[in-house]
Amino acid sequence: MAEYKPIRKVVSGNYAAAYAVKHARVQVVAAYPITPQTSIIEKIAEFIANGEADIQYVPVESEHSAMAATIGASATGARAFTATAAQGLALMHEMLHWASGARLPIVMVDVNRAMAPPWSVWDDQTDSLAQRDTGWMQFYAENNQEVYDGVLMAFKVAETVNVPIMVVESAFILSHTYDVVEMIPQELVDEFLPPRKPLYTLTDFDNPISVGALATPADYYEFRYKLAKAHEDAKKIIKEVGREFGERFGRDYSDMIEKGHVDDADFVFMGLGSLMGTVKEAVDLLRSEGYRVGYAKVRWFRPFPREELLEIAEKVKGIAVLDRNFSFGQEGILFNEAKGALYGTGARPIMKNYIVGLGGRDFTVRDVRAIAENMKAIIESGKLDREVEWFHLKR
Amino acid sequence: MIEIRFHGRGGQGAVTAANILASSAFKEGKYVQAFPFFGVERRGAPVTAFTRIDDKPIRIKTQIYEPDIVVVLDPSLLETVDVTAGLKDGGTVIVNTEKSKDEVLKELKKKPAKLALVDATTIALEVLGLPITNTAILGAVAKATGIVGLDYVKEAIKETFSGALGEKNAKAAEEAYNKTVVYEL
Repeated sequence: MAEYKPIRKVVSGNYAAAYAVKHARVQVVAAYPITPQTSIIEKIAEFIANGEADIQYVPVESEHSAMAATIGASATGARAFTATAAQGLALMHEMLHWASGARLPIVMVDVNRAMAPPWSVWDDQTDSLAQRDTGWMQFYAENNQEVYDGVLMAFKVAETVNVPIMVVESAFILSHTYDVVEMIPQELVDEFLPPRKPLYTLTDFDNPISVGALATPADYYEFRYKLAKAHEDAKKIIKEVGREFGERFGRDYSDMIEKGHVDDADFVFMGLGSLMGTVKEAVDLLRSEGYRVGYAKVRWFRPFPREELLEIAEKVKGIAVLDRNFSFGQEGILFNEAKGALYGTGARPIMKNYIVGLGGRDFTVRDVRAIAENMKAIIESGKLDREVEWFHLKR
Repeated sequence: MIEIRFHGRGGQGAVTAANILASSAFKEGKYVQAFPFFGVERRGAPVTAFTRIDDKPIRIKTQIYEPDIVVVLDPSLLETVDVTAGLKDGGTVIVNTEKSKDEVLKELKKKPAKLALVDATTIALEVLGLPITNTAILGAVAKATGIVGLDYVKEAIKETFSGALGEKNAKAAEEAYNKTVVYEL
């Protein structure tokens, strides 16, 4: 193994994604522009134009076609990528099922953007979480480094378990924010992520296959079971790949939930993505003031890390679940998932759902402090004031 | 952590200035973060951009509400935008203006501890032939704050703009560095 000397660059989250696509030696990109994703595919196009990347770029007329073309490419055995956001992801919805159902290891970056109307280009997790049941795995990045690392790991995991993966980053908060990213020299990426070895391809004419064929009631059920099992089996692969990444490059991703100060915390903040950077900063501050708090950053939403959640829930008195998303008629989506995962276990921490930052409303250290004060009072009194709080509502 | 807020108008390059400042500090071995106000930009409309500089990785993902340093690229903004909003006590304000210290102070809602003035528009017109002040003003930032060296600023500018354009913009920063007047208040 060659010695690892990282290349440090100041890049946006979108450029971090584009560099990862280049370093992963992706062979086909099919995409349609949409704010705030566009600079990913612009940067990829620039790499191609400069001769820095050997990628077949397919400009298409819609996101539905973007995913269709990506599926076609992946079915021939190519390493294929696309990127989108919000309405674009919604338009892809049908094709997402085709990708996972055909067990194609596509990687896509979704830049979390609020669903319209009202029109908004800002951060909100509802677009990706609404694709929960499409059979895709989902990885949420806290910062630009995790966008880069996430794309590289996603290809390795996806190609091992034959399930597509969505790497999710925040509109503007990551996509357009410049930050220091440690990139990996090409030869070391190649060692970590060798060329894809597909089980079957459309272009293997000696062994013809059919993709997306009819399955009668005699067979459909087993196809679903196999995809369900692939998600469960993927947990082990995710941990292995995350550990290998850490051993090679110093950033360990073997935990599907990143934990901080959980062992001696009365309560933890739980959430997805860039929100958790601000939470970490606030947790250090709060601990220096005597608050017994920690955090649980959910890296993988699908497959859902039930086992790791249970370990946390058995240690703490309370969990403040931060959702920058909402399922209308119910509650925040991560909150709903976390509660559901704990039902039937012995763990019964007090759980409260804080709906924060929808449509890009800023989520600050001051907000984390206010939530901490509220959670502290709830735990001391043992009384939950309300289960779901629209925390940022103007009063 | 040092937090810097840039005020400009759409098209003047405030976002680029924030990015170049971050790249300059990165070259000095710092951790950095640079981002636009998470809003919709229109040419001519007031624009805000931000830079954070620290010795350790920057985890916080919020906008900047209490800056240490405020940089104003367009003199007319002083009349319409409260550029000193949230400015920390002991903070610095850097303004592109041809006005005097007293005239500028009259337009600021909060008196900073340090005020730096430079006529970056004239410098940009002379050196670049365009009234785009985002590179010149970075010379003033280097002079007034010392958070980043002029050489690193020039290097980062030349990486952002290639060839002759880079050289010219680096020259604009140097001229501004030399002509910036700093007042301790």
